[in-house]
Amino acid sequence: MVSEEILKELALTLSEYNLIIEKLGREPNELELGLFGALWSEHCGYKHTKKLLRTIKSKSKYTLTEAGEENAGAINIGDNKAIVMKIESHNHPSAVEPYEGAATGVGGIVRDIFAMGARPIALLNSLRFSDLSNDRNMQIAKGVVQGISGYGNCLGIPNIGGECYFDESYENNPLVNAMCVGLVEADSILSAKAESPGDLLIIIGSETGRDGIHGASGLASQNFEETIELRSAVQVGNPFLEKLLIEACLEISQLDELVGMQDCGAAGITSAAIEMAERSNLGLRIDVSKVPVREKGMTPYEIMLSESQERMLIAVRNNEYKNIFNTLEKWDLKCEIIGEFIEGNDVEIYNQEEFLSKTPIKILTSPPEYDLNIISAGYAPNKKKITINKSYSSFNGNMIKDFTQRIFESDNIVSKKSIYNKYDHHVQTNTVVEPGSDASVLRIKNTDKMLAFSCDGNSRLCGVDPKLGAEINIAEACRNISVMGATPIGLTDGLNFGDPTKPKGAYELIETFNGFNHACEIFDTPIISGNASLFNQGHTSSINPTPIIGAMGIMNKNTNIPSKGFIVPGHKIGILGKNLWGTDLGLSGSEFQRIFDKELSGEISIDLEFEKVIQESIRKLIAENLIKSAHDISLGGFMTALVLSCEKNKLGAEIEKVVPESWAGALFGEDQSRIIFSYDVKDKNKISKILNKIHWSEIGTVTKKNIKFKNILIESDPMFLSYNKGFSRDI
Amino acid sequence: MKIGIVVFPGTWSESDTFYATKDILGFQTEYIWHKDQKLNNLDLVVLPGGFSYGDYLRTGAIASFSPIMEDVIKFANNGGPVIGICNGFQILCESKLLPGILIRNKNLSFICEWSNLLVNNQSKFTDEYQNKEVIKIPISHGEGNYQADRYTIDQLEDENRIIFRYCSNDGTVNEINNPNGSINNIAGITNKAGNVLGMMPHPEKASEKLIGGDDGLTIFKSIMKKVSDG
Repeated sequence: MVSEEILKELALTLSEYNLIIEKLGREPNELELGLFGALWSEHCGYKHTKKLLRTIKSKSKYTLTEAGEENAGAINIGDNKAIVMKIESHNHPSAVEPYEGAATGVGGIVRDIFAMGARPIALLNSLRFSDLSNDRNMQIAKGVVQGISGYGNCLGIPNIGGECYFDESYENNPLVNAMCVGLVEADSILSAKAESPGDLLIIIGSETGRDGIHGASGLASQNFEETIELRSAVQVGNPFLEKLLIEACLEISQLDELVGMQDCGAAGITSAAIEMAERSNLGLRIDVSKVPVREKGMTPYEIMLSESQERMLIAVRNNEYKNIFNTLEKWDLKCEIIGEFIEGNDVEIYNQEEFLSKTPIKILTSPPEYDLNIISAGYAPNKKKITINKSYSSFNGNMIKDFTQRIFESDNIVSKKSIYNKYDHHVQTNTVVEPGSDASVLRIKNTDKMLAFSCDGNSRLCGVDPKLGAEINIAEACRNISVMGATPIGLTDGLNFGDPTKPKGAYELIETFNGFNHACEIFDTPIISGNASLFNQGHTSSINPTPIIGAMGIMNKNTNIPSKGFIVPGHKIGILGKNLWGTDLGLSGSEFQRIFDKELSGEISIDLEFEKVIQESIRKLIAENLIKSAHDISLGGFMTALVLSCEKNKLGAEIEKVVPESWAGALFGEDQSRIIFSYDVKDKNKISKILNKIHWSEIGTVTKKNIKFKNILIESDPMFLSYNKGFSRDI
Repeated sequence: MKIGIVVFPGTWSESDTFYATKDILGFQTEYIWHKDQKLNNLDLVVLPGGFSYGDYLRTGAIASFSPIMEDVIKFANNGGPVIGICNGFQILCESKLLPGILIRNKNLSFICEWSNLLVNNQSKFTDEYQNKEVIKIPISHGEGNYQADRYTIDQLEDENRIIFRYCSNDGTVNEINNPNGSINNIAGITNKAGNVLGMMPHPEKASEKLIGGDDGLTIFKSIMKKVSDG
């Protein structure tokens, strides 16, 4: 019988251990227990999310793979080209060791993409930290950004966008979600499989060291407070080696004798090799003594569970590895045959001649699936009603000026330039719209297509209501794509949640999936891949549920992409949406509420059918080349969107409206489904013909300077200044 | 008329350079593997950007010992035109084809942005530009801070070998418009003979209006015109 301590280190419960014995019909030996610890971890086994993941919409007429089937999902974009994309989190490693945690997060997601034979063409990332005034938070933020910069820039992949958001719910538990996009010929997508018995299992790249052992089970699958001692479970990245791997693997992916490729990620060789065998319906024999190691005396256990970075596994036809080895040698990459796919359904592990283990693959890859409905049964969320301060409901010019200025000093609103200027976003010469807009745009060479990408998610709204928050996140992701003129056709998700074994965590996950499913149906956007990071629980509290959405849209190369901001004085300003003004209830979970009321309360809402109409409308206007600028109204409400529209070209606006008495909700409410745009007055008739008149209104004119309403004038320069000054402390 | 682009392990702007010179400008272009010994009948050699050998040890230091570099140095010493872009510039300095060194940016961070450059058109690589023209070309480096001893800088100035300087929109060269701390805002220089250009900005990334501008193409056009005019 094993000790409780060992089980805890592996993040297995006693009942899970008993289940292993029952299924095996015997006690697992030490090595086998390690395999189970890894494969039955939340990170690899999706114990708490698998049931939900099966419900998700993962297909559309564009999809070429199904979520979870391969290393990443693929979408057909025509011309025999496909886009492969996925998000992966590296939250816990980044909390422990920010630079290497974030760097290896980038490395991991990039390997998932080229494992499918796709050339990585873009990186994006979503970062969450707590208040920068705290030195530890500052150190984490700085380390993470430097890590992404240091690793990503070495690879020659443009980092084209994302978001960075601050909220105290991320105290001690930052989120680092990296998204990678790849381009591949649609008929040569590689599979992470072998074909037939006798195919060889070959490891490529870095030698295996003692780093990262128990990363999957320890770091990623337990509450954070238990993991502060696990620094050795964080791996160290070598971006140079990764770059060689990209080039070499893409080169061998063209060879016939290569049958499959798989990234060696969480749980190292164990997870990668056994998953390959499972997908192939084959057994596998591995000889751990063949694995190139970094230091002498490593045990089979350590070799199987090491999470050393920059390693790939490939399946190659027996006796046909010569060309592959020659190519790898050209790139100075180490490779070694470490096993063979065999008939049957067992994984057999040897150390030279010594037999170590024979275990049915099916048992290893079938961890228990927990029903979150049982865990969350009876849980009633503690819904707090919003309180609207009296002063918010009585027009007060000085207060409006003061509050607007303070919003523009928020780290969540200011320009993120100091981050994205640390990332190369030009390499590969496809970047048509650079970071800093609602979405970034790449052209695809040798086609008539452009693709728009965004990666973000509002977690405060999800904190207020996880289901509606999830719907809003998908709606907003699609809106970000639509304001560029592109039609959203695919999503990938990064689920960052608290403890799923507690009613609250389970409830939040269930509700999020309910929201996803509703929104994906309406927008016809499948979620083609994703990642779940659970147990995001700092020392004091859990994070707000944070489902990050990576979105992709497609458009023709001739599309005149509107600017994020106004172009010249004299153009008219319009609002697409039911109402120009936000509402008091729209302050629920808003940036305004976070800054001034320091609470998270209220009710949120979205009408997805209406949202769809709005997005179709803006795309139509763009396709007809009728608008000059377009910007989504989101964080910080109408006022923030208006100022940002002016900021781009240092212009002003005259709005022919009286700011209502309930100014706070009107100006800063984050009511959904609104887009601010500008156009030439000569196009107004054409616009009116396209848009239903209840869906839009003309609200004013672009001017040279300052924001003027009928009853108040706000100077724009101080806001532009704090926006461009950037973060309160230099990341 | 043939351009050769040297590929070191860790190089990443070879395909952008290939695209700009071949697909856009229509020159015959080929890749040269760093382990090759000989350059084959080339009219221009480009050492592209990236992180050759991970830039471990010192930027460009290991690449300068790659087998092909011996022939690149010979080619340059015989008057063959060579352009080193970003990491290529660092390799040229390590190979002593150009004087000086590139150290970490003044702010100690990697910088990626469009930079304005004031052009000196008194070189083979720039004579298709107007003199004092301001062009826009992206930079993307962590170590682009050009430094050399006083004597070398004076010599570069006196011999009119500073080809590009970081400047403002309107061509003002001052500290505010110096992104990385380079002495005298140096962004690109030539060797004494004028056939070797090293520059930190990436002209191959400014190759089409669609992606923000095509000011970089003129460098390749200028030098290839010189070559064909003999």
